[in-house]
Amino acid sequence: MITATPRNDLLLMVFFAIAILTMPIWLSPIGAAYPDLLQRFAIYGIFAIGFNLLFGLTGYLSFGHAAFLGVGSYTAVWSFKLLSMSVVPAVLFGVITSGLFAVVIGYISLRRSGIYFSILTLAFAQMSYNLAYSVLTPITNGETGLQLAQEDPRVFDNLFGTAMESGSGIPPTNLFGLEMSGYSGFYFCAVLMIIGFYISMRITRSPFGMMLKAVKSNQNRMSYTGLNTRPYTLAAFVISGMYAGLAGSLLAVTDPLAGAERMQWTASGEVVLMTILGGVGTLMGPVIGAGVIKYFENIFSAFNDDALHEIFSFLPDVLQDGVVAVVGLFVGEGWHLTLGALFVIVVVFLPGGIMEGIGRLSRVFSQKKTIEPTVKTRAQPGE
Amino acid sequence: MGILEVRDVNKSFGGLQALNNVQLNVEEGSVHAIIGPNGAGKSTFLNCLVGRLTPDTGSVTFNGGSLLGITPHEINQAGVARVFQTPEIFGDLSLLDNVIIPTFATRDGSFTLNAWKRADQDWEVREKAEHMLEDVGLIEKKDAIAGSLSRGDKRRLELAMCLVQNPKLLLLDEPTAGMSRADTNNTIDLLKRIGKRGITKIIIEHDMHVVFSLANKVSVMAQGTVIAEGLPEDIKGDPRVQEAYLGGAHL
Repeated sequence: MITATPRNDLLLMVFFAIAILTMPIWLSPIGAAYPDLLQRFAIYGIFAIGFNLLFGLTGYLSFGHAAFLGVGSYTAVWSFKLLSMSVVPAVLFGVITSGLFAVVIGYISLRRSGIYFSILTLAFAQMSYNLAYSVLTPITNGETGLQLAQEDPRVFDNLFGTAMESGSGIPPTNLFGLEMSGYSGFYFCAVLMIIGFYISMRITRSPFGMMLKAVKSNQNRMSYTGLNTRPYTLAAFVISGMYAGLAGSLLAVTDPLAGAERMQWTASGEVVLMTILGGVGTLMGPVIGAGVIKYFENIFSAFNDDALHEIFSFLPDVLQDGVVAVVGLFVGEGWHLTLGALFVIVVVFLPGGIMEGIGRLSRVFSQKKTIEPTVKTRAQPGE
Repeated sequence: MGILEVRDVNKSFGGLQALNNVQLNVEEGSVHAIIGPNGAGKSTFLNCLVGRLTPDTGSVTFNGGSLLGITPHEINQAGVARVFQTPEIFGDLSLLDNVIIPTFATRDGSFTLNAWKRADQDWEVREKAEHMLEDVGLIEKKDAIAGSLSRGDKRRLELAMCLVQNPKLLLLDEPTAGMSRADTNNTIDLLKRIGKRGITKIIIEHDMHVVFSLANKVSVMAQGTVIAEGLPEDIKGDPRVQEAYLGGAHL
């Protein structure tokens, strides 16, 4: 295990920033280096980092984080419609609004712990989802989803004359004039993810983060130690809700529309899977988990039978049909089956997620190095 | 006036009267032992002091303020720390973190959003915690995970977590239960050593050896009430105590 000294953290931070910013290069051999997918890596990475701050540190499993994702998206789109096509207010308001939602939902849900907390958050998320579909249609535009329109007011853009000339269609989202699509959109999200990662690292190493770990470990001892667990868990919940809101607003930045399905329980479940797959409570784990899941979603769901026939064309026809029929279950529409199988394998064999796998591998390699030259390293007696 | 004054405390669970008009006066700086047979209400009494249970009637005054109707963390912030019968520690965290957390709690209060500084670089807190671990003889294991400790070490760790808070009153619920004779003696030595700091202590204990080596006052509880109180030597010879506690046998 690498100890968490300030120096190691700095190295990790630098390594992380470089790895993220060079993704378009090193992901191209596996066919994942196109902007749309890269944006998703970064956005869902943010979502998972924030989720992990709650679940990984305090152990409170929220099953309704998609609600904050949705709130962030809606707020951002409204900011585009009413204020400006600039992404700055959109992201800012997205984070703030979802933070406010998190205060309310967290305040109520955190009166319970364990499974009851999970159920409460799930209930709130499903409530938001259904409200977005029905009663709140004036705000959410119901089933169609909230979209930009030519005649939106965009007060600031019109005020400062940055609006496009009429007739040129809906202007694109921008950061001080830089269009937020394609690679520039990815780099915007990536920079925010790196900042988000840095903040999560600071929180994890801080006294506040230590208290959150204490919440997970023993709440009884915590209160007899003079610590009030409630504000700690609420603060963690709100911070993680704000991360989700940031991710949601970035979804709107890269593709300015918002739909209620973003709040559905499957979206909440997805971030749970990402975190567990990558490694709960680790810094890098959630980002890796988010990347793996989004990669599988995009790559495996793109395969169809024709593509499979091409891949297995070296086999005799009879065999080829059989193999394609079996493999076909796991790709295209059925990519969730692949994901499920992967998830089962990871949870059964690597309860600590992909990060545990990496840890084990690195230990195997470092042991080989130390044992070979020195024979005297005998088995250490147990603790 | 003692540092802790308990007046007429009653507590019943359904039809069972667990505490019946308990009176207790603990002098500042003393080591006050509470002994009594199983089911005498000793643990219930302790739970009433730390806010785990609320007495039905009566008053608990500590250092001039009431301990009733406030939460466990407020009671701790007022200066009461407790060692449990089964050690309550942060099993997933390192020993050092286990001691650092209470140190922060004492210095920064029940909630602070201190989310930017590094916890392991707060030298004031860290030094205090390491010092404490050294005091209880666990400094070599400071990076080990607390859950992996032996039972005796867990107790010592819990004691360190309480002592680092420098409490005014320390409650010890059977601090040597289930320990070997050697571990028991170690704990007695440790408690004697920290006794020099003048922390008031209430000890619930079955082991008479522990009681008579530490306490300077003993209260005997039976059937939910205090039946005798006095110096250890007097209690040894009190016939009522022998009757209730030892079934008539002689100490």
